[in-house]
Amino acid sequence: MFQVRIHGRGGQGVVTAAEMLSVAAFDEGRHAQAFPSFGSERMGAPVVAFCRIDDKEIRLREPIMEPDAIIIQDPTLLHQVDVFAGLRKDGYILINTSKTFDQLGLGDMIRDWRHERLCTVPAMELALKHVGRPVPNVPLLGGFAAVAGVLQIESVIKAIGERFSGKVAAGNVAAAKEAYAIVKAEMEEARRKEAQHA
Amino acid sequence: MLKQTEGSRAVAEAVAMCRPEVICAYPISPQTHIVEALGEMVKDGTLSPCEFINVESEFAAMSVAIGSSAAGARSYTATASQGLLFMAEAVYNASGLGLPIVMTVANRSIGAPINIWNDHSDALSQRDSGWLQLFAETNQEALDLHIQAFRLAEELSLPVMVCMDGFILTHAYERVDMPTQAQVDAYLPKYEPRQVLDPAEPVSIGAMVGPEAFMEVRYLAHAKQMQALERIPAFAAEFRQIFGRDSGGLTHTYRTEDAETIIVAMGSVLGTIKDVIDEMRQPENGGHKIGVLGITLFRPFPLARVRESLQGAKRVVVLEKSMAVGLGGILSTNVRMALSGLHMHGYTVIAGLGGRAITKKSLHGLFRQAEQEALEPLTFLDLDWNMVNKQLEREKAHRRSGPVAENLLRDVGVVAARNY
Repeated sequence: MFQVRIHGRGGQGVVTAAEMLSVAAFDEGRHAQAFPSFGSERMGAPVVAFCRIDDKEIRLREPIMEPDAIIIQDPTLLHQVDVFAGLRKDGYILINTSKTFDQLGLGDMIRDWRHERLCTVPAMELALKHVGRPVPNVPLLGGFAAVAGVLQIESVIKAIGERFSGKVAAGNVAAAKEAYAIVKAEMEEARRKEAQHA
Repeated sequence: MLKQTEGSRAVAEAVAMCRPEVICAYPISPQTHIVEALGEMVKDGTLSPCEFINVESEFAAMSVAIGSSAAGARSYTATASQGLLFMAEAVYNASGLGLPIVMTVANRSIGAPINIWNDHSDALSQRDSGWLQLFAETNQEALDLHIQAFRLAEELSLPVMVCMDGFILTHAYERVDMPTQAQVDAYLPKYEPRQVLDPAEPVSIGAMVGPEAFMEVRYLAHAKQMQALERIPAFAAEFRQIFGRDSGGLTHTYRTEDAETIIVAMGSVLGTIKDVIDEMRQPENGGHKIGVLGITLFRPFPLARVRESLQGAKRVVVLEKSMAVGLGGILSTNVRMALSGLHMHGYTVIAGLGGRAITKKSLHGLFRQAEQEALEPLTFLDLDWNMVNKQLEREKAHRRSGPVAENLLRDVGVVAARNY
């Protein structure tokens, strides 16, 4: 079972992202369960949503406390919420930012983590560029397809098409593809650096 | 057809396939997505003929359902929590009048303190209202139970409440197998009321009954509800023939054949419990002889079936998301009645109130404690005793110690409760 926890703020499409992730996994013939953190969601308040992906029926109903991957839709949460709670050192992190982990003050924390699994993508800028709205959730899903490798980018694109239509769908597909390419390049860069060190 | 969708959406589509003619509802979390979806289907014509009536309260919702059902229309509503309490008088009337209304209860706690999260307090507060009560374990079962509920309600001329865990199921996206309209039509015949307000053949429904016949009317309500114990297994069997899957019935057992410890629970927590049982049964984890009995039908309570399922065990742990203040458990009191005269250890565990997560980790510890007979008869799972004791100390020290909820929020540091 692969477990994803998404952190963001009310209005950023956190719950929608988890739901679309589950749809993408379903489209690949897998079992998936997405659910929100059941808070009284308000615009701007911290929101958490979860997605489990497995090859068999998912019966578990507890919140995800030990995720395999974390998606952070809003980097300002780093100072407010313990977003990395329960994540192991071989876990995946994807943050919506144009900064690096060092610039975000996370350099020490991730020193002995697997760097090719830790990525950032300027999802807000991609959303503004392609969709015209500051909603980073869908480009992050594109990036997630690259970093964690549990889902194909094609499934994410299909899920976008099931959720949105017309211009919004096309814009989100473009944003997701660009995010996918950015994250792919970042990972290759991280691998190259690691090979140099070795 | 398999699809990945939200529990509320799946239930709304299943209800629509049952061809309700009147839907009246007032929005309340976590039920809202269900009636929103049905409202859209009525508006865009995919659910037709059907009248969607916006009402000004839950009391009105049930009152309208009573009227439309008495006039011969298949009637549906949905609610939760305080909404169910607000319609309580009409809830009793619906069953007393023998009207086959189907209502979803998206289970949520009852205030005060106000809390929007899941537990079973709302539905169980109406356990003696005369409605049949079914509890869904998954979204698949939730949508299947709605189809069975209309059949059952109309066959017995009694209202049926389908209970599904708020948020945990209503807001969860998961895989469901949506039936076809043809399958639902084959299973659910056109509504033929046993009593109807018809101008051509005028009758009155709702007479005042004095001491001369009231007891008899009440006895007949009980006798009629008890008929469900025989009808439900038959309806579930017929459901399997048409839809090709097991859903509904009185109870479900899981790995109880040789179990020395049997857990009893209702609703979505059964899934987490099953995962824990599978882990505990693995030889490398000690091969614990443990299983679970899931109660699908809470009213009428299947006493004989529960007794039969549990009598081979050494101990029974009832894990419930509800509480009878001043007594202990509600589900466990019912289970205890099924076990009258049997000598076995029985434990009541109150868990998950107001949305407190019920985790595998806590269940592992709990079930092992039960196996060692080390549980208190009444246990509150994952209760924060520091928080409780701090408040008790405060109350001892000061007569005017302040409102409990606000004090505890201040102790745990929830921002909204701080004084600025």
